[in-house]
Amino acid sequence: MIEIKNLYKKFGKLTVLEELNLTISKGGIFAILGPNGSGKTTLIKSILGMIIPNKGEIAIDGENILRKWKYRNNLNYLPQVANFPSNLSVKELIEMVKNLRPKKANSQELIDLFGLPPFMNKKLGNLSGGTKQKVNLVLTFMFDSDLIILDEPTTGLDPIALIHLKELISKEKAKGKTILVTTHIMSFVDEMADEIVFLLDGKIYFKGSVDALKKQTDQENLEHAIANLIEKQYQTATSK
Amino acid sequence: MLKILKYSIYDLLRSRWSYVYFIFYLMLSFSLFFLNSDIDKAIITLMNVIVVLTPLIGTIFGVMYYYSSKEFTELLLAQPIKRSKIFMGQYIGISLSLTLSLVLGVGIPFVIYGLFKSAAVFDFTLLLVVGAFLNFIFVALAYNIALSINNKIKGFGYAILMWLTFAVIYDAVFMGLLIHYNDYPLDKFTLIATMLNPIDLSRILILLKLDASALLGYTGAFLQSFYGTNMGLIVSLSALSMWIVLPILRMSSKLKKKDF
Repeated sequence: MIEIKNLYKKFGKLTVLEELNLTISKGGIFAILGPNGSGKTTLIKSILGMIIPNKGEIAIDGENILRKWKYRNNLNYLPQVANFPSNLSVKELIEMVKNLRPKKANSQELIDLFGLPPFMNKKLGNLSGGTKQKVNLVLTFMFDSDLIILDEPTTGLDPIALIHLKELISKEKAKGKTILVTTHIMSFVDEMADEIVFLLDGKIYFKGSVDALKKQTDQENLEHAIANLIEKQYQTATSK
Repeated sequence: MLKILKYSIYDLLRSRWSYVYFIFYLMLSFSLFFLNSDIDKAIITLMNVIVVLTPLIGTIFGVMYYYSSKEFTELLLAQPIKRSKIFMGQYIGISLSLTLSLVLGVGIPFVIYGLFKSAAVFDFTLLLVVGAFLNFIFVALAYNIALSINNKIKGFGYAILMWLTFAVIYDAVFMGLLIHYNDYPLDKFTLIATMLNPIDLSRILILLKLDASALLGYTGAFLQSFYGTNMGLIVSLSALSMWIVLPILRMSSKLKKKDF
């Protein structure tokens, strides 16, 4: 479904993605993991067309997407920071985003699910971080798209909202959607992800199932398995 | 693009600052018309304020809007919309809402004092047109700066410096040159130098229409002979338009390469 070939990106002198190759098949939850600065966000934003790579190709369903914009109609994105125009109300914002896309949205169901009805007429500037994140989730999940990209979706959510989020993700997966998630919460990955894509120094260091990762690193616990991967890198970095 | 434009205007029209700006112009014009029986003088005073203040407010609003709506812009960038349309929508939205504050703030007192029937209508319209141009020019320049500089504080600093350059420093250097090369014919130099600064260009355009050029001596007469004609008006309005077009072109080329 997503095919990335020789993706190369540098910011100034810093090379973030180095000849990255990745194929993501259709359907399932893919966790994109890696230490800070490993290129997770750059990778995601390249797929979204927000970052323009120096070299390489990205194709979705066999079609090149670089410098295109129409393909985004079949893609939902949850940004990491939920910051909206403070003068608009929740309702207006949802209407606006609906207006921007030529497709149907089922926002009401999600609004009820996250308990947002009392906030609908409140200005976005007056909402708490967690409530903003819920609005953010409504905006992301209200469209029916084949590809869903979530950047740190759990930030600021209370336990009930978190359960709802997990249910929502599972539901989308059951419909055959492809979901890319970045997160630092390993329990979330352990519970949800079908496959892990581990980035290190702008390259894919590991790609496979959670079990395969545990086996490869000889660890029972995912958190330790990931720590093990990062540690190896630290050791090679210091011995260089 | 129209959808983005609609919402950024909607957002700005509900911001407190749009009203502060509107009320400022309202009070200023009311008091000027109240205190001054001479409309020409009132217009000159208004011009002096507009020519310096609209660029400043345009610059500040431009950079402020860009930086404060950064995350929201990212959300828009992930929607199926062309990049250039998002930014053009925002840019026109800011410029239009500022122009609306100006036109209403100055226009309402003008209409209430029944000046529509006076001969000053043309000068007054020119003042508003020039004010609108300055809004569009300086918001475009501010957006250019904000797009090029990721650091908010730095961007703000450069934007203010840009305004200061056009409003004060440029004139100081210009004056210095005029005095230093006093012995040479400076007509053409003066003409070109005024074209290169939108604030100066606007000021001269209005002053000359108000027949105040007699105060400017020989150069004034020369400038009058150029700007005072219809040809001069067309040329200077085109120069002002270039001040909008060029920054927009740079903006769109910058956008093609920019990472968010």
